[in-house]
Amino acid sequence: MGKKILLENDHVPGIRGYDVYRSKGGYASVEKALKSMTPEAVTEEVKKSGLRGRGGAGFPTGMKWGFLAKPPGVARYLICNADESEPGTFKDRYLMERIPHLLIEGMITSSYALGVKTSYIYIRGEYFYIARILEEAIDEAYKAGWLGTNILGTGYDLDLYVHVGAGAYICGEETALLESLEGKRGNPRIKPPFPAVEGLYGCPTVVNNVETIAAVVSIINQGGAAYAAIGIGKSTGTKLISASGHINKPGVYEIELGVPVEEFIYSDEYCGGIRNGKKLKAVVAGGSSVPILPAGLILKTAAGEPRLMTYESLADGGFATGTMLGSGGFIVMDETTSIVKNLWNFTRFYQHESCGQCSPCREGTLWMEKVLRRIVGGQGALRDIDLLWDVQSNIEGKTICPFGDAAAWPVASAIRHFRKEFEEYVTHPEKISDVKHYYSVNNLPVA
Amino acid sequence: MPKVTIDGHSIEVPEGTTILQAARMIGGNIVPPVMCYYSTLKTSGGYCRTCIVKVSKGSDKDPRPIPKPVASCRTAVMDGMEVQNITSPELLKARAGVVEFLLINHPLDCPICDQAGECYLQDLSYEHGLAKTRFEFQRRTFTKIDIGDKIKLHMTRCILCYRCVKVADQLTPQRVHGVLFRGGVSEISTYIQKAVDNDFSGNMIDVCPVGALTDRTFRFKSRVWNVNPVDAHRDCSKCKGKVALWLKGEEVYRVTGRRDAYDEVIDWICNECRFDKKKTSDWVIEGPSNISRHSVISQNHYTLKEPRHKPLLNAVKVVPDQNLINEKK
Amino acid sequence: MNAVKEIRFSQESLELIEKMIKRYPEGKHKSALIPVLHIAQAEFDGWLSTEVMDYVAGILKLEPIEVYEVATFYSLFNLEPVGKCVIEVCRTSSCWLMGAEDIIRHLEKKLGISPGGTTADGMFTLKTVECLGSCGTAPVMQVGAAYHENLDLNKVDNLLDKFRSEGNRKCYTDRITPDQK
Repeated sequence: MGKKILLENDHVPGIRGYDVYRSKGGYASVEKALKSMTPEAVTEEVKKSGLRGRGGAGFPTGMKWGFLAKPPGVARYLICNADESEPGTFKDRYLMERIPHLLIEGMITSSYALGVKTSYIYIRGEYFYIARILEEAIDEAYKAGWLGTNILGTGYDLDLYVHVGAGAYICGEETALLESLEGKRGNPRIKPPFPAVEGLYGCPTVVNNVETIAAVVSIINQGGAAYAAIGIGKSTGTKLISASGHINKPGVYEIELGVPVEEFIYSDEYCGGIRNGKKLKAVVAGGSSVPILPAGLILKTAAGEPRLMTYESLADGGFATGTMLGSGGFIVMDETTSIVKNLWNFTRFYQHESCGQCSPCREGTLWMEKVLRRIVGGQGALRDIDLLWDVQSNIEGKTICPFGDAAAWPVASAIRHFRKEFEEYVTHPEKISDVKHYYSVNNLPVA
Repeated sequence: MPKVTIDGHSIEVPEGTTILQAARMIGGNIVPPVMCYYSTLKTSGGYCRTCIVKVSKGSDKDPRPIPKPVASCRTAVMDGMEVQNITSPELLKARAGVVEFLLINHPLDCPICDQAGECYLQDLSYEHGLAKTRFEFQRRTFTKIDIGDKIKLHMTRCILCYRCVKVADQLTPQRVHGVLFRGGVSEISTYIQKAVDNDFSGNMIDVCPVGALTDRTFRFKSRVWNVNPVDAHRDCSKCKGKVALWLKGEEVYRVTGRRDAYDEVIDWICNECRFDKKKTSDWVIEGPSNISRHSVISQNHYTLKEPRHKPLLNAVKVVPDQNLINEKK
Repeated sequence: MNAVKEIRFSQESLELIEKMIKRYPEGKHKSALIPVLHIAQAEFDGWLSTEVMDYVAGILKLEPIEVYEVATFYSLFNLEPVGKCVIEVCRTSSCWLMGAEDIIRHLEKKLGISPGGTTADGMFTLKTVECLGSCGTAPVMQVGAAYHENLDLNKVDNLLDKFRSEGNRKCYTDRITPDQK
């Protein structure tokens, strides 16, 4: 059994409420930080922990905090990115729904470290009921004196609010999130300036993912070194993995970074193997944006080493044979899955969610979706596969924000690893016309 | 002052200068093309991605190259930065990709488009485009609408450069149009039928890089290469009154702002000057306008041995003569 | 002929809006736009007419176009009238892998409408949406604020019956009122 930090108490009855949370040691990190540590010391612990952003990019959190500009007399902001919208990812929802106070505690401790007086949790609009849960928890925290003015008599003031979005994947991109929080369209900003210098309302701002903020609690309680002792190399600590698709036990799992992928998929502690005794075909390991890998390459690297659930091991081999840990949205596909149809599904998603601000993304995602729809409909031609390749490579790296890459990588990887399947679609459309290639709701493959 | 080298040409520029501005200071064909950047409109640029360049050396301090192409209009130079534009085949290929994206949903109706001859997209497609489209689907279309009695919005041609939105934000008291919806269905619109009605709205026509916003008082009256621009002025209480009159014979076909070498309007003009002063007697004519490199007139394809029209005004001799043409190339 | 309904927030909503605006620094009241649009959509029949948007613009002292720009960007805002019960079925990868297409087809058949449509009796609007963040409990649909997870055809039938028998409950288009879970 791996060590659990974030979800240690997730099944304790009543943990959603303040009293139970507090009785389980909740808010100790706030006490410790505010009463016995300077903000710099808190940041130092986070640096020591090696914690990396859990939203997808994996950027070292302590370093991000270190970049925050601190001009005198200018407000600073900490924003929690709870816009979790990456297909295959539902860990933040789970965490906020089960243990809302963990996030709030992390927000207070982190805000203190950054010298922030007002913080927001930006939550996606679809999670409205979770926004309610968070607001109730925030009310409790105010009443118990963890928020508001002169917290614990230390003279530190903090206000924390929930801000609800309204349905836009792009708002998970931090500058689009800031625009949205300012009441505008979620168009990503052109960088530089970076949010650390000019963020919300033009003030220095840090944006961190829910899981990242929650991890700060244990880092302060146990010390950065203790956190860094978990995991392998630069992949320290634990990670929430959202497991979905054709597995026996879908759900959110907290893993110590370094668990072998094979163990994660097949062990009863985690996914419990592939449903209905089917064979594994492919995995999207870190949310829809990361490259899809066929069974052989997700279980073992190109060099034949066992693939581990770490930032480095999943990326081993670059995009030629590797992928990314991303947000930890782990989508498992069995042998009955049509990679082509799944790719169309992904691409339709990106086409729907593109903000439309810059031309390669606006036009490119639209184009790829049309070509894939044609292929899936049995009207494709071999040249369409090369066209898709060209279009994705013309998008990648040419856009304002990383969305363009996120839309391009799934296409590139699906063609790279499953080209034969695309060719089959265009050369033998008669074979695909009656095949649904997905499970029916009664859990039987329809063929 | 930071020193930057673009395609082998070095220049020292003030702190904060963008790569594009530095390239314009150097001049010539190393200047990246733009569709959305407009030097006098704040926060413009960054959207169209045609001005991308390759930064092969970040700076003297940190010589690492920037892994992805950057938008030259929004990237400040660093001391010792080395930039490749036309000397990088890989970059030109990337730009061709961007141009292709801009064209896939464009109607390519140049033969019936008033912008033809002074259209940036037309230039780009000549320079970087493929002869044949690879987009085999129905193109995106919108209904043409009148936003006010003087301006036609033909959204089908729009490339979403945001310039007209910035004009409305920065030049007019109240913005009533904007970018609506998102992604591939984004559009410039007033949402509900509404007139864009204020003294400076006409400048949206001048900044539009394509034929999406056109002057209803000029539509279908003449090809731009068949009218001749002269600089003129009048006393105007709303603007500086410095304009370009586009003449055929003695007739004023249209009035626009005067343009600089990069086709940017030098002084914004008011709607009265633009739409209501259509007689030569309204104006003091100064002489032939400098013609920007983008105008089809400067391509010299339409030079006439003799003026087709009768000598015009006594004060001016408008002859499409090489001397009059401010050729940048 | 329908009488023109006056567009005015209830006292309760106005207080809520006041509270929302105070969450942001002075002069940054535009930040409250999305929260206020949610309140407006909940109060005014589940969708945002131009009149409602203009009203919101007036309250927040914004230009109407600023409201239109935002309302048309975000997929949770309905720009056309909707039924009393808006069913949003997730169609993205994990849900699709688990049979979302069957759920959608079943709903289309049962309701006699396609995604985007509203039943003639004005009871149901069917929408397909992108990933709802419920991939581990796929397939899923959202009605109002509530998630209905691990769907199968029977479950969908039962839910439809429940919605129909409960008739006119505001919660099916309203995300503001507390969770019905």
